[in-house]
Amino acid sequence: MKKSLINHRASRREFVKQTGLLAGGLVAAPLLADANFFTNVDDTIKIALIGCGGRGTGAAAQALSTKHNVKLVAMCDAFRDNLDNCYSALNADDWSDITGRSESLKKKIEVPEANKFTGFDGYKKAMALADVVILTTPPGFRPIHFEEAIDQGKHVFMEKPVATDPAGIQKVLASAAKAKQKKLNVVVGLQRHYQNSYRELFKRKDLIGDITSAQAWWNNDGVWVRARKAGQTEMEYQMRNWYYFVWLCGDHITEQHIHNLDVVNWFKGGYPVKAQGMGGREVRKGKDNGEIFDHHYVEFEYADGSILNSQCRHIPGTMSRVDELLIGTKGKIRCGKADITDGKGNVLYQYDKKSENDPYQTEHDELFEAIAKSEYKFADAENGAKSTMTSILGRMATYSGQLIEWDKAINSGLNLQPKLYAWEAAPSTLPNAEGFYPVAVPGVTRFS
Amino acid sequence: MNNRSFAAIFSPFLLGTVFSFAQNKISPFKPYEQTIPGSGLNFKMVPVPAGSFMMGSLATEKNRNQDEGPPKKVYVSAFWMSAYEVTRDAFDLFYNDQNISQNSDVDAVTRPSAQYVDLTWGMGKERGYPVNSLSQMAALMYCRWLFTKTGVFYRLPTEAEWEYACHAGSNTQYYYGNDVSQLSKYAWYIDNSENKYHQVGQKLPNAWGLYDMLGNVSEWTLDHYNEKMLEQLSVKAKDPFAAVVSSKYPKVLKGGGYGDDAAHLRIANRIKSDPSWNKRDPQIPKSKWWLTEGMQVGFRLVSPVTQPTPEQANAFYKKYIGK
Repeated sequence: MKKSLINHRASRREFVKQTGLLAGGLVAAPLLADANFFTNVDDTIKIALIGCGGRGTGAAAQALSTKHNVKLVAMCDAFRDNLDNCYSALNADDWSDITGRSESLKKKIEVPEANKFTGFDGYKKAMALADVVILTTPPGFRPIHFEEAIDQGKHVFMEKPVATDPAGIQKVLASAAKAKQKKLNVVVGLQRHYQNSYRELFKRKDLIGDITSAQAWWNNDGVWVRARKAGQTEMEYQMRNWYYFVWLCGDHITEQHIHNLDVVNWFKGGYPVKAQGMGGREVRKGKDNGEIFDHHYVEFEYADGSILNSQCRHIPGTMSRVDELLIGTKGKIRCGKADITDGKGNVLYQYDKKSENDPYQTEHDELFEAIAKSEYKFADAENGAKSTMTSILGRMATYSGQLIEWDKAINSGLNLQPKLYAWEAAPSTLPNAEGFYPVAVPGVTRFS
Repeated sequence: MNNRSFAAIFSPFLLGTVFSFAQNKISPFKPYEQTIPGSGLNFKMVPVPAGSFMMGSLATEKNRNQDEGPPKKVYVSAFWMSAYEVTRDAFDLFYNDQNISQNSDVDAVTRPSAQYVDLTWGMGKERGYPVNSLSQMAALMYCRWLFTKTGVFYRLPTEAEWEYACHAGSNTQYYYGNDVSQLSKYAWYIDNSENKYHQVGQKLPNAWGLYDMLGNVSEWTLDHYNEKMLEQLSVKAKDPFAAVVSSKYPKVLKGGGYGDDAAHLRIANRIKSDPSWNKRDPQIPKSKWWLTEGMQVGFRLVSPVTQPTPEQANAFYKKYIGK
């Protein structure tokens, strides 16, 4: 139980602990200095940020907040204004409103004008300047960006989801295999894998026996809308308002609900073999709401016959819940409550939420530690691709209203990407004369 | 620097025309019900009479923190305070108001962006649960929205107003006395809350009819946190408040929350907001509206008896909200 969730006065004990750490640091420091002196190697880890929106800015800040000798050397975004906003946010004089520490990240940022890249092609040049790349564009671009990063031999942090269509999944799986051969560390931003409560629950999952069914929820109000502005090409508009276009976002079942589906896959130790479900758009259907649904309900089935009931909804004023529940032969794991109960509801394990970490920071702490030590520890891309595929399988089921099999779907070759990435090029979906986009219709939309 | 003075923000209100009670159906200094136009919802405001009290705590108080002293006598003008913490039902009228923009950088009144995940964490929304997980800015924006809807000036209490109202004439650690074993009758806190907040108004109120001042959700005040606030406070200060500081942290909250122990519910206890309350927001800039780890954070309203002119009210909001 939390004694005080919001009072942060350091106790005497914590003070002593911190002082102790400091003393340890003083002892260790000369050894590190010696190592550098004798090897005379520049141990700077250079970072390129590809995708400079809010999440990219956050991920870059987390990478630069690790304790290693890191430097941001290149940035790329399709839009110059995004890049500039990100650059100035990272260069803020005082970081205290974000981290509580007043020091700035400035000394870890060295991105001259020549290393700022824009448009659809800039990512290749930005990556070439770095050891580690952070991929945080809208997910539609992830497969080509990840492929390039691995071809160039870079370590990768990439956000979920890692694709929006089965063709993209295949590309990511192929690159994931190459990354393994090259021993390149890849962390995917499915941060529950890096969150203490989930890790502790996972260690104890056998307490509930065999998992026979599961529930997953991402029911909430939805996200931002960026209205069309005069003078935008269709491509620019879709790129700005990317959440509402399947080729860029994957629909919210892929963009958000993947977190919950991934947890079930993780605890199950596998991926569904088929899915059927229902969905549509009930309230979010304006001109600036593109083509995605506002609710999906999917029944996934695993090879052993166990079922995952998944629901995601973006409708304001409805019941909110973002959570996972795993039901086994001997009990339940309630991820949100971070507890494990037996068949009668007796608590077998309760995670102490006081020990919860910031999983977004931990992702980077662990990745950069491995890179600094020249260790090969992280190969998240394959699971990232298969959990993304799980969400795409669900979407194909709700869009079509048909039973969709994993093997057929992943090998379908379905590719939603435009033939050409350019501001004047046509995206794969276009509005009608009234400005509305075609939306999938169950029973009519087919994937065969 | 002395962060406390008599001046700038409130003195203009004293010069302002006295609010027309008839227009808004507020009877002179008695409890009143404020209806939120366009809804069936209303909330109760109770009078807090002008007076003085000893702000802070004595060095002998158990579990006392350094920043609670030295205690000083403070004079407070009369105001109304909401009998209950602001509920999610009431806040949602603002949050879902389709007539105003969402998360605009320019509009004076704009509603919060959508919560990325459900920040009530399943503790309850409709029918009388307190709104939680919100920033001080979101609370102030609600006050501003309410002003545009009702014509009545609402704001957060200053730290002095909150503490004075909570004591309700008492001079004890809790408004009913010092006996911790009685606290469960008056407050939801770690020993009885089951680690969640509860519908407002279920525990005993203080002498002035204010419910849940202690526990349930901790409550935003207007004031920027200054560790030496009481030390620097002038003698016989009247309506003191902290200088407006644009930096987001730390601000003062009072009352403690459902997850806090009895020591943190002491009236004199000062809670300061912290960036770690938003550590699980993965984006930069972080949300202006919501706190990912601020599940215990809520607020209540005050309205001064001497109401400002609309110009003065808007100048006040602009000063605190920044636009």
